[in-house]
This record gives sequence, structure tokens and C-alpha cells, in this order.
Amino acid sequence: MRHLAGWSAAVLILALVFGTLGAVAWRADWSGGLGRADWLAIRFTLWQAFLSAALSVAFSVPIARALMRRQFPGRGLYVALLGAPFILPSIVAIFGLLTVFGRSGWVNDAFGAIGLPDISIYGLQGVVLAHVFFNLPLAVRFLLQGWQSIPVERFRLTESLNGSVWTLLERPMLVRVLPGAAAVIFLICLTSFAVALTLGGGPRATTVELAIYQAFRFDFDLGRVALLAVVQVVLCLGALSLAAAVPVGDGVGIGQDRALMRRDRHLLDWVWIGAGAVFLGAPLLAIALAGIGGLGDLPSVVWPAALRSIVVALTATVLSLGLAMALILWSNGARWIEALGALPLAASGLVMGAGLYLWLAPLAPPAALALPLTTIVNAAMVLPFAMRIMTPAYREIEAGYGRLADSLSLTSYARLRWLVLPRMRRPLGFCAGLAAALSIGDLGVIALFAGTEQATLPLAIYQLMGSYRMEGAAGAALILVALSFGLFWLFDRGGRIDADT
Amino acid sequence: MLTLDGITVDLGGFHLAADLTIPQGDRVAVIGPSGAGKSTLLGVIAGFTPHQGRLLWKDQRIDGARPGDRPVAVLFQDNNLFPHLTIARNVALGLRTKGRLTPDEQRTVTEALDRVGLSGFEDRKPAALSGGQQSRAALARLLIQAKPILLLDEPFSALGPALKDEMLDLVAEGADASGATVLMVTHDPGDALRLAGHTIVVSDCRAAPPIPTAALLEDPPPYLSAYLGRRRPLDEAAKTSG
Amino acid sequence: MRLALTLTFCAGAAAADPLTVYVPDYFGSEWGPTPAIKAAFEQTCDCEIDFVAGEVLTRLRLEGDRTQADVVLGLNTDVAAEARELNLFAPHGLDTSDLTLPIDWTDETFLPFNWGYTAFVYNADVISEPPTSFEGLLEMENEIRIVIQDPRSSISGLALAYWVDAVFGEDATEAWTRLEPKILTVTKGWSESYGLFTNGEADMVLSYTTSPAYHITEEQDETKVAAIFDEGHYFMAEVAAKVAGTDQPELADAFMAFILTPAFQEIIPEGNWSYPANLPRDQWPEVFQALPEPATALFYTEEEAAERRDDVIETWRSALTQ
Repeated sequence: MRHLAGWSAAVLILALVFGTLGAVAWRADWSGGLGRADWLAIRFTLWQAFLSAALSVAFSVPIARALMRRQFPGRGLYVALLGAPFILPSIVAIFGLLTVFGRSGWVNDAFGAIGLPDISIYGLQGVVLAHVFFNLPLAVRFLLQGWQSIPVERFRLTESLNGSVWTLLERPMLVRVLPGAAAVIFLICLTSFAVALTLGGGPRATTVELAIYQAFRFDFDLGRVALLAVVQVVLCLGALSLAAAVPVGDGVGIGQDRALMRRDRHLLDWVWIGAGAVFLGAPLLAIALAGIGGLGDLPSVVWPAALRSIVVALTATVLSLGLAMALILWSNGARWIEALGALPLAASGLVMGAGLYLWLAPLAPPAALALPLTTIVNAAMVLPFAMRIMTPAYREIEAGYGRLADSLSLTSYARLRWLVLPRMRRPLGFCAGLAAALSIGDLGVIALFAGTEQATLPLAIYQLMGSYRMEGAAGAALILVALSFGLFWLFDRGGRIDADT
Repeated sequence: MLTLDGITVDLGGFHLAADLTIPQGDRVAVIGPSGAGKSTLLGVIAGFTPHQGRLLWKDQRIDGARPGDRPVAVLFQDNNLFPHLTIARNVALGLRTKGRLTPDEQRTVTEALDRVGLSGFEDRKPAALSGGQQSRAALARLLIQAKPILLLDEPFSALGPALKDEMLDLVAEGADASGATVLMVTHDPGDALRLAGHTIVVSDCRAAPPIPTAALLEDPPPYLSAYLGRRRPLDEAAKTSG
Repeated sequence: MRLALTLTFCAGAAAADPLTVYVPDYFGSEWGPTPAIKAAFEQTCDCEIDFVAGEVLTRLRLEGDRTQADVVLGLNTDVAAEARELNLFAPHGLDTSDLTLPIDWTDETFLPFNWGYTAFVYNADVISEPPTSFEGLLEMENEIRIVIQDPRSSISGLALAYWVDAVFGEDATEAWTRLEPKILTVTKGWSESYGLFTNGEADMVLSYTTSPAYHITEEQDETKVAAIFDEGHYFMAEVAAKVAGTDQPELADAFMAFILTPAFQEIIPEGNWSYPANLPRDQWPEVFQALPEPATALFYTEEEAAERRDDVIETWRSALTQ
């Protein structure tokens, strides 16, 4: 049974990643290889991902350190809110960033008032800024976890030896944790689409995924689509193996943390904590302010779209967690199976959607396919995150209770029922929240296939913007954010309530 | 002489009061129920725990000093070694935390390792050592620090009885050589008897002044006998077999 | 709506075979023209019409002759050649000699239903002296912020590439190079650009001469104005076509004919914010009649457009990646 479920999940993932690519390649008229523009896109993709990862981890060090050193009211909330940008739908986040950093945004207004020149959010700097906004909090959480992994005794020992916390504890920890965090962020930024689309500012800032979109949508050059998709897979697998070589925790998993009285504090801590709060909080505030204005002007289309989005998100969540569970139970620690779960990270969502569409189009009318396709692709895209969080949790359970369960002959369903599921409630709840939030906010492949009758909320926002309804779009965006955060909170909370530690 | 003068600790719901004196060079066990505040007492002396009242060493106040500047060296229950540093480097941290070691200092480290029976282990990482060997390495560093007060917070509780006794003897030997004052938290009255002439009982939010260990165990006050009651036969057994 | 959700999610509707019409997103939304068109057409027959909104051309390419569409709406003159290559369409068989277009129309497959001119729309509160020629636009100071669309992903962006090509010919690269410092950003589609313009991020946006009509009609806002250039403006029309493999040829023909009737054409101006293709000027809404109009229509036939496409896009791309 376990093998059957595991095999099915593995086959499904391989089919989703490579089968869809094959379907696209099979339909292609092959004409020539990569052009100059494609090589520029590859170079830009790597460069922006590198910069985004480097800056995210660079800024995360002082912020995480300040958070570890300082106690203040609302610190728990601060740490919890660090999870917000990561699950913020990118279409909404960009809107918030523009309000703050745009040409007529808050920052430039302030700069203008004191006679400083304008800053531009478009181009490389805009893409990197948006990526840092999304990933800096992720890096901070990775680091908080790293800091927390240092036993309190070592801090005390260092103090009593009059040693330097930085050289004896923090630097070795960072050397261990930073490369992994950077690799994960690099990977996430490699497949960036929506950010580069809006903030790229022209042909100079084209990512591979964006080039895939253009080749598909406009030239319908399936050969180039397939080629670029292969390039993307190769780039990502490279980064994945890099990431696999260095250990990482599940940085997204930290909610609360214990505090430690630290003596090596610096006044600059407050500067970093404040700067982090402003940088991450201002766009969120902007979204809320703009959205509240638009709430009165909500077109009726928003509600059915929201309902569809919820259905898609919940179905994708169940699917994704099911796949993850099947793989994890089957893997029994086998690394290659776990790696399989990370594979969709390397795939292009657009190629996945298009390939599925080519497969399934003979079977059903396109209108009927839009939502199921979106659901499947979303489920695949969040699978790597689910695997990353659930795998260590499962290993810990098996390490701690595996032998006891074996001696009691707890196998298959009984083991799942009495050991694995109850003990995994928290990570499962967290994963479900993450999966639901990420898939509800994804514009993704639905833009290629769906019309109004199948529009999800992100697509409805997009369509509202396309019909001059900016206020309505802002209102709908706020509802999307509320749904995304709400679902996350519900699941995460559900996993915590009554979960014995 | 180490003096705790009107010391009170308030950690939001947890309280501890201590008013006591420990003569210089004395070896004192700290016993009491779990959660009574044994480690907290050591934390006050080491400088990890905020408190009210005065802490004096040789009639000088030391409660304002940073942990590293106090005349105190500490051994914790675990995590006494940095996992990313070699054993030699870990021990050397007891001498200096910055810069290279002088040849003299290097010799001191080698001797310290030799004394605890770890010659030849200099370049290994802690993970490559057994639990007992790790304890010895930590002990080597404690002794090399040459501080007049040694605080031991159940450092050997994970070791077997024979190994533990060996460690206690090493501590006693080192303390005798340097004349250090020792405070050791333990759950085991046997340890108290073996190492310490006096014992501080921590219970009911209070650390009592030290009294002779033998007398205490002969005729334990009610709260202590309730705590010791279940353990006694085991300890007797351990003593006779050890 | 809830019912529609369950149906499309599970299997798709399979009622009494409605006429399936593919339309672009902006056309198919509930505030677009489709609800009115649906109501008007269904009055003329005992039938049902089903609008499927999305990427029309992409979808047709993916589906090929398996397509469910009976009629498609919203293909653009600049990509008509590629659509024609799909060999999916049947002649419309309608008389197009009296169309109200600034150009002659003789195409027997594609039937235009609305049209417009590409234009730079500016915020009159910010720009007090708008350019009156393309050359004038290039001469504006570089502090001005213009948003345009990517010709590789947007039909209006492509129209601009043709426009620059038509006006500047061999000097197109130089024109783009002079325009480049004023370009705030290049967006994927028209929507994003226009969003940046309306929320004040940009002073000027690549759009259509008819865009101000929306602001005047719906918002009583007359500060959004199209700059009219002496060199002329690039013309584009949106066309409809009947799918050859339709299983309802009569109904499809009826709808194609309906497109040219006043009942359909009167919906276009304030439904799709563009000029109707078969409606005399005096029957347009007053706002549209009052809009300033370019003196010259620049236009590439679909053969010219197909032939020049790679060149104009490469000119744009290389000038902007310098």
C-alpha cells in the first residue's frame, strides 16, 4: 500500500515535470537554438537571483541578531509577521512595493521633500528589491532558527570565558546556516516570473521564465519554450544540488522562540529592528490602505472568483500534502525520493500547465480544464515546500519513536493513525496553511486558459486592472490578502490547538 | 570567603532566597528537589541570573562584574565544548579566547589534557570523543582556567558510576592543588559524600547555609528525607558496589 | 454563479449546445461588452451564446482543429496572418464595402468589429505642453515618465513598434534610443501600464486615442488626454472570424451578420472603449464624436506586418538593451 501510494506519487511528479515538458517538445517545430536574447535572459536570471540571495542573507544577519538580543513588547508578533511577505500574493505585493518605492511613492515623496533625487524601482534594482522583500524575512527566520540551535549553555560558557560570542558562536553558526539559506533563496528567485514581469522595466530584465512566457504566448514557438524550460530545469537542478549539499532547517517553520538574556547588545540593534519593520511593513500598510478605499467599489465578480480560489486552494492543499505524505512514508529516508519532491521547484509552471493542457485537451473542453489544471500545477508547485518541512519532522518521529512503534508492531495505517499523524499535527497544519496561502495567491497558468467564468481571484484582479477598475482591483487585492493570511492562520492554528508538544 | 548576602531572585513566578557564606577552599554540594533552584543559585554566582542583594568574594562585591570577569569557572550539564573546535582549542579557550597561544600556554594545554588522560586527542573534534572523554576535556578546561571558584552544574550526571567517581576525584585533586572553592549541584547524595564536606540544601524557595554533609545525611530534616527516601537504597547499593 | 463553478470544475457545461464564442479577457468580463451582446443576440434567435474569455490566439494554437469555438472575436490585424496560418477559419460572406473604417477593407475571412488608433495618453495636470508630433515626443525632456508595453507580449506594444517603424523607417533605432530615457518601465500588457498611469506612477502611457472617453464618461475626468501626432497614428482593428469546423454553421453565420448590425455596434463604444466598425459617426456617443482624431492613419497590411514583425521587435529590443 505504502509502495503503491509512493510509486503513484513519484510517477505523477515525474509526469508533471518531465511529461509536460515532453508534450510541449513533441508539438514543437524545431527551428534553431537559443538566440542572443535568450542568453541575455539566462545571464540576467542568474545575476538577479545571486544578488537577491546575497542581499537577503546579508541584511538578515543584523536583523536576526538584533531580534535574538533584544526583548520588546510585540516581538512575538514581529517574528510571526516575518512570515507574511512569503505568502503574500506577488501580484498584490508588487502593488504595495510600488506604492512605497514607486516614482510617486512614499519614499520618493519624502526624498523629493528634502531635495534628494528620485530612485527608480524598475529594472534590476526593482527586481532585486522585490525579491529581497519576499525573501529577507525567510532568511531572518532561517537564521533565528540557527541562533536558537545554539544551546544556552554555550552562550554562558562563552561569557564566563570572556570570549567573543561572534567568533566562538555566531560566526561558526552562520558559516553553517547561511549557504543553505542563500541557496534556497537563489532557487526561489531563479524561477521568478510576476516580479520580473512588472518591475523588470524592459527587455534588459528578462528572466528565463518570462522568456518562456513570451515564447509561448506570443510567438507560440514551442521549440524555444521546451529549450528554455530545459535550461531552467538545468539551472535549478544545479542550485538544488548546491542547496542539498548544505544543511538547512525549515526556516519558514518558526513561529515563537525562546529568549535569552544577552549582554553583547548594541544600540544599532534597534536601528536594524526598526529598519526591518519599516521595509517589510510599509508595503503591507500600503496594500491595506489602498484596499480599504476599494472595498466599497467591489464588483460582484469578486465573490464567485474568491469562492473558486478557495476551492482551488483547498484542493491543491489536500493534493500536495497527500503527495508529500506518500513520498515521505515511501522514502524511508531515501534521499532520491525526497529530492523528487523538490523537483517541481525547477519546473516552469507555464510549461507544466501548457503540457497538461496538450495532454488533456482531447478529453475535455478548455473551460472545464482551467480550474483543475490550475489546481494540479499549484499542488505541484507547493510540494517542495511541504517536503522541506515535513521530511525532518517525520525523521524526528521515526528516530524518537520508531523502535517503540516497531516493538509494538505498529505498521501501515495503525502507525500513521497512532504515531505519525498525531505527532505531525503541527508541521502538517503549518504546511497546509502554507500550501493554501501560496496557491490561493498564484496567478499562474490560469491566465493562459481561463475566462471570466473560471477566473480565480488573482485573475479577477488582473482583469479588473485591465478594465480601468483600479479601485476595485485594490479592494479585491485586500480580500485576496485576507483570504491568503486567513487560510494560513486557520490551518496553522488548527495544527497547534491541543497538539501536545 | 564567598558570601551571599540577602540574595533574592524573582523570575516571574519563581523565587529563591539565599543568605549564606562558604569558606574559601571549601567543597560544597548543592542538593534539593528538581526545580527548587539549584542551578539558579549557581547562575547567581556565575552572573547569569539577575538578582537582588549582595554577592561578595573575599569581602569584595562581585555582583556587578560580567561573568567572564568574575573569579568563577563553570561546568554545565552538557554543551561544555564547542563542537566546531578541536579539543586542544576548546581547552585553550580557558587561557585565552583571542590570538595564538604562546609556547608556554601550549604546554599548559598539553599538560592539562595529559592530567585528565586525553593525551593524543588534541586534534579531534568533540563529536569523535565518548561522553566520558568529553567530560574530561571540559574538566581540563575548567582546571586550566585557574579560577578560585569552580561551579559544577551536574556535569557528570550522564556518566556511569565508576566514570563519575573518577571525575569527582579529578575535580577534588585539581581543587586541592589550586585551593579552589567548589560548588557542585547534584542529585546524588553519594556524590555529595564523595566530593564535598558541606552541603547546601535548596528547597522551598530558599538555599540554606551549608552544613556538614555526613551529618545531614545521617539525620536528614523531614523535607530532605522525603526527597531522599526513595533514593536511599540505591545509593547504598552504589556505595557498596563502588 | 455557484452552480457555474461546480459545473466548470467538474465536467463543463453540456446543455443544449450553445454557440461558443472565444473572446479576449478584457472583452469577456462582466463589465465588458459581452453581457449586453449576449442579451441582444439571444433576442434575435431561439439560441444561447456562450462567451469563453481568455487568450484567444494562444488557445486556438493549442487546440488546433479540435477547438470548441464556433466563432472567435478579438483577433488583431497585426497578428491576423498568424491566425490565418492556422487554417481554421471560413469566409464570412458579408458585404464590407460600407464599413466605417479609415481604411478599405476587403478581407473575406476576418470581419472587423471595432478599431482604434494607438496613442500616448497623458495626464494634463502634469504635462501642460503636450507634444504634437512623434518628433516632439522624442524631444521632450527626459524627466517625463512614459510607460509602454512589451511588443513580444502585448498587442498595443507591437502596434507601437510598427508605429515607430512607419514614422521613422531606418531611423527607428535612433528614435527608440531617444525615447528610452523617458521610459519608466515596459509592462507585459496594456493593463499594467494603464494601472501605473492612473495611479500617478507615470505621466504618459501608450494606449489608444479613445481611452480618454472612459474617464470622461465614467469619471467626469477630463485630465486624461490623448496626444495627437502630425505624422499620423497607427491603426488597428479587432476582427471576428467564423471557425470552419463549427458544428453550428447557421448560428455562426447569424452571429457574424449580427456583428455588423447597429444592435452590436452601438454596444462597442462604451463597452470596449473603441470606435465601432460599422456605425456612422453621427450615431456615436457624443463623447466619442468630440474626441480629437488623427489626420492620418498609418497601417501595415497583415502581410507587411508579418514580414516586418521580427525586424521591428529586434530593433526595439536591441535599442532598449544597449
